[in-house]
Amino acid sequence: MPDKPKISFYWCSSCGGCEEAVVDFAEDILGVLEAVDIVFWPVAMDFKKKHVEAMPDKSIVATLLNGAVRTSEQEEMARLLRRKSQYLIAYGACAHLGGIPSLANQFSRGQLLRYVYEEAPTVVNEARTRPRTSVQNNGHTVTLPEFRNVVRALDQVVEVDFYIPGCPPTPKITKAAIGALLEGKLPPKGSVLAPDVALCDQCPRKASKPADLGFKEFKRPHQVVLDPNLCLLAQGIVCMGPATRGGCEALCPAGNMPCTGCFGPTSRVRDQGAKILSSLCANVVSKDEKGIRDTLAGIPDPVGAFYRYGLAGSLLRRKANLPVEPAQETP
Amino acid sequence: MNPEAATVWNEAGKLANAAAQAQRRRVTIDPITRLEGHGKIDIFLDDQGDVERAYLQIPELRGFEVFSIGRPAEEMPQITSRICGVCPTAHHMAATKALDDLYQVEPPPAARKIRELVYNAFMMEDHALHVYLLGGPDFIVGPQAPPEQRNVAGVIAKVGVETGKKVISMRRRLRELIAYFGGKVIHPVMGLPGGVSKGLKPEDLPPFKDLAEETLDFALFTLQVFKDIVLKNPDYVKLITSDTYTHRTYYMGLVDARNRVNFYDGLVRVVDANGREYAKFPARQYRDFVAEHVEPWSYVKFCFLKPLGWHGFEEGPQSSVYAVAPLARLNVADGMATPQAQKACDEFFNTLGGKPVHHTLANHWARVVEMISAAERIVELINDPEITSTNLRVIPSVKPGVGVGVVEAPRGTLYHHFETDSQGLITKANLIVATQNNAARIAMSVEKAARGLIKKGNVSEGLLNMVEMAFRAYDPCFGCATHSLPGHLPLCVSLYNRERTLLRQLVQPASL
Amino acid sequence: MSDPKWQPRIVAFFCNWCTYTAADLAGVSRLKHASNARVIRLMCSGRVDPQFILDALAKGADGVLIGGCHLGDCHYGEGNYKTLRRFQMLQRLLRDMGIEDQRVRLEWISASEGERVKTVINDMVEQIRALGPLNLPQRRQDWDREMTPLAEAAGESESAEQRAEPEAAHA
Repeated sequence: MPDKPKISFYWCSSCGGCEEAVVDFAEDILGVLEAVDIVFWPVAMDFKKKHVEAMPDKSIVATLLNGAVRTSEQEEMARLLRRKSQYLIAYGACAHLGGIPSLANQFSRGQLLRYVYEEAPTVVNEARTRPRTSVQNNGHTVTLPEFRNVVRALDQVVEVDFYIPGCPPTPKITKAAIGALLEGKLPPKGSVLAPDVALCDQCPRKASKPADLGFKEFKRPHQVVLDPNLCLLAQGIVCMGPATRGGCEALCPAGNMPCTGCFGPTSRVRDQGAKILSSLCANVVSKDEKGIRDTLAGIPDPVGAFYRYGLAGSLLRRKANLPVEPAQETP
Repeated sequence: MNPEAATVWNEAGKLANAAAQAQRRRVTIDPITRLEGHGKIDIFLDDQGDVERAYLQIPELRGFEVFSIGRPAEEMPQITSRICGVCPTAHHMAATKALDDLYQVEPPPAARKIRELVYNAFMMEDHALHVYLLGGPDFIVGPQAPPEQRNVAGVIAKVGVETGKKVISMRRRLRELIAYFGGKVIHPVMGLPGGVSKGLKPEDLPPFKDLAEETLDFALFTLQVFKDIVLKNPDYVKLITSDTYTHRTYYMGLVDARNRVNFYDGLVRVVDANGREYAKFPARQYRDFVAEHVEPWSYVKFCFLKPLGWHGFEEGPQSSVYAVAPLARLNVADGMATPQAQKACDEFFNTLGGKPVHHTLANHWARVVEMISAAERIVELINDPEITSTNLRVIPSVKPGVGVGVVEAPRGTLYHHFETDSQGLITKANLIVATQNNAARIAMSVEKAARGLIKKGNVSEGLLNMVEMAFRAYDPCFGCATHSLPGHLPLCVSLYNRERTLLRQLVQPASL
Repeated sequence: MSDPKWQPRIVAFFCNWCTYTAADLAGVSRLKHASNARVIRLMCSGRVDPQFILDALAKGADGVLIGGCHLGDCHYGEGNYKTLRRFQMLQRLLRDMGIEDQRVRLEWISASEGERVKTVINDMVEQIRALGPLNLPQRRQDWDREMTPLAEAAGESESAEQRAEPEAAHA
């Protein structure tokens, strides 16, 4: 009887939601457990890093790695798993594009550390103690990994074979991807394993999306009662649907809230935020400077709205004028 | 040899030997497994091979409080839910309540009931996840069982495939309920200041009513499983009540107007190690009581009771350490709000010798009592005629300024504090996440367990797992605690030098 | 560390009917202006996808200039209104991403305004000269240097970005 293909799961700067997404296979997980041999999955199994290090290179058929990369330890694990795996699959929005944690690329590491360990209203820290990568305490040397200046998507650290998008990916597209993998029916390297259409195409509210969208104003969701049957754009709400890849079957509109873009763009778009900016703004009604400005004021935070999941993977990646601070051990 | 060179040579030799000695006396558990989050444990042994000091380190940070600056406040329920994909609903709800406070709006009764319904469904399925998948395996399979069995597959092997399927099916259906209202179950979208985005259609009600009844049956079934497998086993009971896993600290939790446990809303109550009320305050006053301490060897901050000041990782009369989560909630409350839960709660305290209970491993039992409470509340709410109302929103009209929201996450009290400009964009955010409240006590538990179990350099794999059990009982969510990244915690004893090269293994795990 | 030989590099997107014609006119009239602008002709300023602007900056441009017909005069009717609307939001976005306002500029220049082409280009070049280079490719290299020790330890000679976008090496 041939060996079952080896699969592993790992998480970097992750919330654990992608792990939960796999657990959400529910009864179907038993089928997966029968078809594959899971050799590494920290949330649920007690296998350790040394087990992975001991494996021959490329002996793991596929590693599904979720989470953005922000520490030296995560970079190491990403490189280790790249070596040991035939296919390295970026699983979830963080690994794919940086995810919500990559909004931290708008701020410097120093600002982050200063707030968290000194300025937060509940912190009591007169000595201004900061976590350090190496601490000597009574003859004990205790180490922490280095916290980097920049948040990165997985393919900004190692070569990635495929992407499974979403925050988190749905069980449906995950199962489809794993199925394709086990059957050897994978698309070209570098593909995103989800339908290549915009979400609007799958949205149950599609019929009410106007051919001629004209925005006189933009409303924020807490300012109006949302009609559960009408296209959200038609209600003046910013919905990322037009610039977002489908595959989730419009779960957020099903919850009567707009799409926020977690599946990333289709294959025809390089920068999701720029594309939605283009589409929404072009459809503003006003024709004079002031009128346009007033309408666009209804979108108070373009970075958060347009790049919520994809700042690291955007064309600019990071706020341009931020410093590169030296390693944490340097006093 | 030239005498000066000899001196240099000898000095260097001493340093190298000291370093090698230090390495030999260091045991690392990396990563810790079967919990939400990333972490590692470093244990330092003295010359006799006994534990000198143990450090529980959380190696990650993401910085939600900072990158929330500039974001519209109404996005915070969905942004903060990304702190944790296991308990996104907890953050979502805390943020939503903070928005209510920010905009000074009360949601209509039906909206509040929907929020509570979803919230209790979440507590129920999250607790079930921990009992059967994360912490439970330690008891159901046995703490000294080989690692390949200490997981959900091992649990299913022990309790039977039918029970295993019931657990999976129950969680799935509860999560479908959450997804009904929240769009997605992982990172729901429903929370808005003054209400919820979606209501319950009358035609969709009957299957949820069935689910509610089955949920209560399942909660009671889980209690029976726990009693049969854990409480009837004298070794386990000895483990639970042993001094190694006991700490006498303060406790914190939310209580309703009658001082009964409430996950969704209420006042925060703190009792001391003797069970006497120390404080009771609304969310907005949290800064008078909760403070955070920083250590250089961990990214997670350690909460303590502010008026008492920080006195270290100690118990005793000076200590300001407190605990949260199921055991704490039962300790601070005068009782439960529903009958079956009250019965289970009475049995809990009667068996363990009265209030407060200080045995950390009793968290597992308290968690099951809370499952019953959540299930009963689900039954109450789903049968409330107002649950299908369409009056779900109050539109805010006041200019926003400051808002604080508090809920009981499965793992403990969770505070969200937002400040905004007049447009409602975040200018400052402060998040005290459940496991942070426990962080000091968890560190103490790990060290105490290590000291109690590791003697004369005897470090077996099973013993290390028992050290891990000390923190797993808190069901810690280090992803939350550092609003950073979760960490894995596997138990593995290895000696690493600073370059992370494996120098030596202290022990050969039995199964390898 | 700015290179003393550095010259501002501006990418200019000009619409065929108005601004490009004006630039042509400037050339035919032998109006001398700075040569730092690389002109790209599009049929309409409304064709300028914000991705083009961001891509130009990401590939090393120090500034981007967009030239279109005056409002009301667009050859296709309304294209330039779209440009204006997109530009306003893009400028806010760039501000939030630490890129100065003067680096991305929108001008309405009609076919007969050759002189204006000269003035605008010269003015923009001087503004950018005062701001200094943006040089995003270099900044990215600086950011990514923190990964080098571990990458080298793992035996990798090429950075992830070099693998992903080989053309960037020529920027």
